Amino acid sequence: MNFSAIRVIYIAEMMRAWNTLFQTLASPVISTSLYFVVFGGAIGSRIQSIEGVEYALFIVPGLTMLTLLTQSISNASFGIYFPKFTGTIYEVLSAPISFFEALIGYVGAAATKSFIIGVVILLTASLFVDLRIEHPFWMLLFLVLTCVTFSLFGFIIGLWADSFEKLQIVPILVITPLVFLGGSFYSISMLPPIWQTITYFNPVVYLVSGFRWSFFEVADVNVWISLGMILFFLFACLAVVSWMFKTGYKLKE
Amino acid sequence: MDSVISVNALSKTYDNGFSALKNVNLEIHRGEILALLGPNGAGKTTLISTITGIVSSTSGTVLVDGYDNVTQYREARSRVGLVPQELTIGAFESVYATVAFSRGLFGSKPNPAYIEKILKSLSLWDKKDDQLRMLSGGMKRRVLIAKALSHEPTILFLDEPTAGVDVELRKDMWRLVEELRADGVTIILTTHYIEEAEEIADRVAVINGGEILLVEDKAELMQKLGKKELRVELKSPAASIPEGLKEFDVALAEDGNQLVYTYQTNQESTGITAVLQAINAAGLSLKDIQTSQSSLEDIFVDLVREQA
Repeated sequence: MNFSAIRVIYIAEMMRAWNTLFQTLASPVISTSLYFVVFGGAIGSRIQSIEGVEYALFIVPGLTMLTLLTQSISNASFGIYFPKFTGTIYEVLSAPISFFEALIGYVGAAATKSFIIGVVILLTASLFVDLRIEHPFWMLLFLVLTCVTFSLFGFIIGLWADSFEKLQIVPILVITPLVFLGGSFYSISMLPPIWQTITYFNPVVYLVSGFRWSFFEVADVNVWISLGMILFFLFACLAVVSWMFKTGYKLKE
Repeated sequence: MDSVISVNALSKTYDNGFSALKNVNLEIHRGEILALLGPNGAGKTTLISTITGIVSSTSGTVLVDGYDNVTQYREARSRVGLVPQELTIGAFESVYATVAFSRGLFGSKPNPAYIEKILKSLSLWDKKDDQLRMLSGGMKRRVLIAKALSHEPTILFLDEPTAGVDVELRKDMWRLVEELRADGVTIILTTHYIEEAEEIADRVAVINGGEILLVEDKAELMQKLGKKELRVELKSPAASIPEGLKEFDVALAEDGNQLVYTYQTNQESTGITAVLQAINAAGLSLKDIQTSQSSLEDIFVDLVREQA
């Protein structure tokens, strides 16, 4: 293993975020605060509670997931797309490192950044509501798995994309709708039956539900199913990445 | 001769069907400077990219210091440094950080003293904390060289190192190349500037249309293919080539003020004596005489034209 290469890629990627620390942290904090004012304050005052949980509190896990997913994907996809775009990827390709070592460096850094952002969002949320976490271990597990899985997913998108439009298309056209329709701001049981059935095909439902359960023990699906789903998605991403590795997909001509 | 890189039957066909390398065989000797010459699109960069692992080959093998560059890529690649043709460089990291990054990427332990030495030899030390985007094109080129040398490679590829580079940097670069050669580093460079190859290379390989046309010791090549020119300056211009000189390869130049005789250096008899005697017999009086050897450029142009 070329640990030195993993280390320098990881550090370089973290430094990139550090140099733009304000943007990195300000945008998730500001958007979370806005959601709290609009959903928690304005709308939440009319909804009161869902399954015994105050509405402003109920949306915290969903909001965190929304930001985690979009940040993981954009961080990781940009991290690998940009060197491809500028051509600096030549150096990684000509270095004595394996694809998986590069992957650990890039995805590890992206996941770390998302994790930090997740923690910052939860801290921001705790300024607005009296946050409680029933199962801290499960909460951490879902947080870490989500960061890693979606950073991996972002890495795949970054490899696949050959234009800035493609880089944006998956987060905007796929992830945002899935998160909004995935019970981030409501319980699935509030939907008409037919929409409930459709919703169960949305993988984000399982993420949000499991994450929310770790806070309030309120869930749309069993927490083990949630865990199973995210692990399934993690391994699916790993499988795609291994295939890309074997074929040198979009990296090598 | 001890080969440090062996390219065997290497072919590369891109997805769009373009065949950039056709069955290339090339032995690069340890410690030499090899100049890879060829017109645009000849396959120079593809060959370098395939050896360094940036492009996968369609068929054939490459051994770097005895290690296969695909199956034993760690051993092979750790020996190689590459300065790419384009100024592909980051934007926001500092000069020092990007060079240290390259060293780490190649698996070498941090060595601030060595990095300081490289940066100083490339006149980059006072810019070490500058962001890359603030640098001029020439400085970026220097940074790329520093990055390529950061892990102390024993083989260095320079892809068009002097394209768009000022005189000072060009001199610095050749001084560095000489130093590296003295340390035993093998250097492969591609260039359009044939005088450069002529000046610095030990051997010359000419590539065109994805095929290696020749690989030869530079001096031998010049001798073998070299033509010499004898220029005879006349005191008073001649209106036409005198009768006695028509059997020789002689032309008038400079409005008849000069007679130019072209001959092959490798021929047994150069014919110079006969030409001079014929000039004498024609009653022309001489002002000056000079000879010049055809350059590598002429040889190169001839070769490529012949193939076309």
